[in-house]
Amino acid sequence: MSVSDTLDPPRRSRLWSLLRRSLGLVLTLAVTFIGLLFVTFIIARVVPIDPVLAVVGERATEAQIVAAREALGLDQPLWQQFAIYVQNAMTGDLGTSIRTRTPVAEDIARFFPATLELATLATVFGVLFGVPAGVLAATRPGTWVDQLVRLIGLAGYSMPVFWLGLMGLLLFYGILNWVGGPGRLDSGFEMMYEFDVPRVTGMILIDTTLAGKWDILRNALSHIILPAGILAYYSMAYISRMTRSFMMNELSQEYVTTARVKGMPEWRVVWVHALKNVMVPLITVIALSYANLLEGSVLTETVFAWPGLGLYITNALLSNDMPAVLGGTVVVGMVFVAINMFSDVLYRLVDPRAK
Amino acid sequence: MSFVSPIRRKGLALTAALMLGAAPGVLAAATPADTLVIAQKFDDIVSIDPAEAFEFSGSDMLNNIYDTLIEIDPATGHLTPGLAESWSVDADGLTYRFKIRSGETFHSGNPVTAEAAAWSIQRAVKLNKTPAFILTQFGFTPENVAEKVRAEGDTVILVTDKPFAPTFVYNCLTANIASAVDKDLVLANEKDGDLGYEWMKSNSAGSGAYKLVSYKPSEAYLLEARGPYWRGEAGLKRVFVRFVPEPAAQRLLVEKGDVDLARNLSTVDYEGIASNQDLKAIDDLAGYIFYVSANQKKEIFQNPKVLEAIRYLIDYEGMANSFLKGEFIPHQAFLPRGYLGALEETPYSLNVEKAKSLLAEAGVGPFTTTISVRNSQDRVEMATALQATFAQAGITLEIKQGTGAEVLGDYRARNHDLTLQSWGPDYPDPHTNAATFAYNPDNSDEAKLGGLLAWRNAYEPGEVQKLAEAAVVELDEAKRIELYHQAQRLHRDTSPFFPMFQSMKRSAARANVQNFYSGGTVDSAAYWLVTK
Repeated sequence: MSVSDTLDPPRRSRLWSLLRRSLGLVLTLAVTFIGLLFVTFIIARVVPIDPVLAVVGERATEAQIVAAREALGLDQPLWQQFAIYVQNAMTGDLGTSIRTRTPVAEDIARFFPATLELATLATVFGVLFGVPAGVLAATRPGTWVDQLVRLIGLAGYSMPVFWLGLMGLLLFYGILNWVGGPGRLDSGFEMMYEFDVPRVTGMILIDTTLAGKWDILRNALSHIILPAGILAYYSMAYISRMTRSFMMNELSQEYVTTARVKGMPEWRVVWVHALKNVMVPLITVIALSYANLLEGSVLTETVFAWPGLGLYITNALLSNDMPAVLGGTVVVGMVFVAINMFSDVLYRLVDPRAK
Repeated sequence: MSFVSPIRRKGLALTAALMLGAAPGVLAAATPADTLVIAQKFDDIVSIDPAEAFEFSGSDMLNNIYDTLIEIDPATGHLTPGLAESWSVDADGLTYRFKIRSGETFHSGNPVTAEAAAWSIQRAVKLNKTPAFILTQFGFTPENVAEKVRAEGDTVILVTDKPFAPTFVYNCLTANIASAVDKDLVLANEKDGDLGYEWMKSNSAGSGAYKLVSYKPSEAYLLEARGPYWRGEAGLKRVFVRFVPEPAAQRLLVEKGDVDLARNLSTVDYEGIASNQDLKAIDDLAGYIFYVSANQKKEIFQNPKVLEAIRYLIDYEGMANSFLKGEFIPHQAFLPRGYLGALEETPYSLNVEKAKSLLAEAGVGPFTTTISVRNSQDRVEMATALQATFAQAGITLEIKQGTGAEVLGDYRARNHDLTLQSWGPDYPDPHTNAATFAYNPDNSDEAKLGGLLAWRNAYEPGEVQKLAEAAVVELDEAKRIELYHQAQRLHRDTSPFFPMFQSMKRSAARANVQNFYSGGTVDSAAYWLVTK
């Protein structure tokens, strides 16, 4: 007698649906993963650039080029190269970066935490300011509050991040001395971090907290606040606009009128009832904005000498370091998938109908 | 409006906490007293193994970690004893003897021996990575190198296949590739007979003033002084090099004192710090030559009159005094200033009328051609300036931009018409540039000599090559210089190469930083002399 036979029919069907959902998820993941590998692989091979030249440099003789081509496996047929790549990727081996000569997986493990830290902080700020600003604007359409939020949002959309970053550095670091400069830490602290702090997550804020190195943590905060603030500004501009339009829509619903008629305090109507319903579409917006930042914001990372994923992939692209570009793209793709899954889970928590 | 506060209060509180927490950290912004902190864009490094490293930033690093038999004196630029305390060449002109200093050690504590020094050269030849030609041009091959470069007691014996100008041999031995590596340590980390190649990708095995403590590509590297040795003791205990790609960020860091030295400033930033009393500008010539060349597989560029016309269609001074100001100086010879025998005269200038009459003499009417150029700002600006002056003489110049490797791939395959390129010397001897601008033993497509600039442009140097070949075996230095002068003049006036500019290195240091030496044209940075 199998286990399922002992279960009553409704439980069995629930189990079956869970199983089916998990299977579907695994299948989606696998297809996404292979598709991602395939597309990036093909793009890397059709560009009219010889990756070997990135390895051997300008001076190499023909013999050295041939030797390097063989060493990189680029003399094999395309399908074979792809098969080897997929096989290696399945075991976590994303190849070796041409530029840094270290395994790509290792590089990404080094660069991704810096981006994760920055993007998370930026998203937290973006949400903390963006959502209330959007709600305020929605509850007072056409007033100066609404105009102000719109103006701030518009400025956020239209100012180039590179420029804003440099101006921010000049003002808050160069002139006012409020924040740390480019880089994740001051040089002295960076050396201390290198040798005195055990790597757990690679995120300085977390690792220094775990190690109780408060002075390094303080310094790291002084460095992250400006780039995170600037990214948060962009994220806030987007989130506040979206919140406003979702909220306007929600506030025109009948249940809102009913609640008001029944004498419910306005703040409860807006911040509890309406906001709760806005949360569902808002989660998608926030997740998308977060995923965007997690790709690594190239320009911010360049201006702030922030050793993150965006800088890594861009540098790799510029020097035709295809294993690194492929590896980085795969990781970014996986992050997107993960965040989507996470927002699905959040839906279920927020919206009982989705259970 | 108290009802908005629950969320906003949390947000403000968090921000305030972060700002407060951040503030004390800012006060500790000075660099550590015993550390030289440098902001540099060093993502050109692809290898830190002296047998393979070949990039400018990599050479800066390795120059401080490894020693060579003969060194270049940072103060004078002349050859000076390195790990070899003395050297000589036998009467046959082939056999060189280098007596190794006694009592010196590698960072690991292993003794520096003649055996290790000879093995290091053997290793580089056997690995045969890109810079190996610096050694193999003396006739060393992976098969014969163990016999041609060997140790006898405390002496390294090196036998070349023909007599060369001794200064040429010595100059080549100052290059990174001739660095002594710690044989025992490297062999202890050998894998499948790779001569430690894998291990050396992320480790060092040198005897230099500093040892490598950590290297994180595109992030930072840290060097630590080894203590007293034959160079004396390093001025500062540590050197910390931070990867800062953006020149404006480098400038801010050095202005605020968060770094001691910024290595890659733009002209704007460089001029911006001129009046700052806390900083000093360090201006050096670098070895890079920027040139245009024409592919002589295309018939039109085989016409000497057309080539001459092009020489008069480049606004050398105009570019150098406007958008290239301070970053480049006009230079019209294949040897950069600072090199033995370099020619400093610049006889050509923009002369559209002359160019027009030359084109008329050549019987060439208006024509269209392309110039391939790497998509970096200064290069594209140069190409645009060329486009404007070429147009005045009826030549329509189409600019074809691409990434570095894309343009290089085209160039190596001899697919270009005109191309705008740069060339940095590989070792501090004039032969380094002569051997590529003026040397092409086989011009056929099948020869595939893509490493040689002359071949890439299908240029048959003839007399210029003879002069360069004579120079590299000339024992008398004055005669050698004269031969290079002749070769450069003839090359400049007849070849399909149009050298235009030599680049500058622009650094800024805090005022208290003393004795920083960037290496100028012929050498790499020396950090061990720096004090602050």
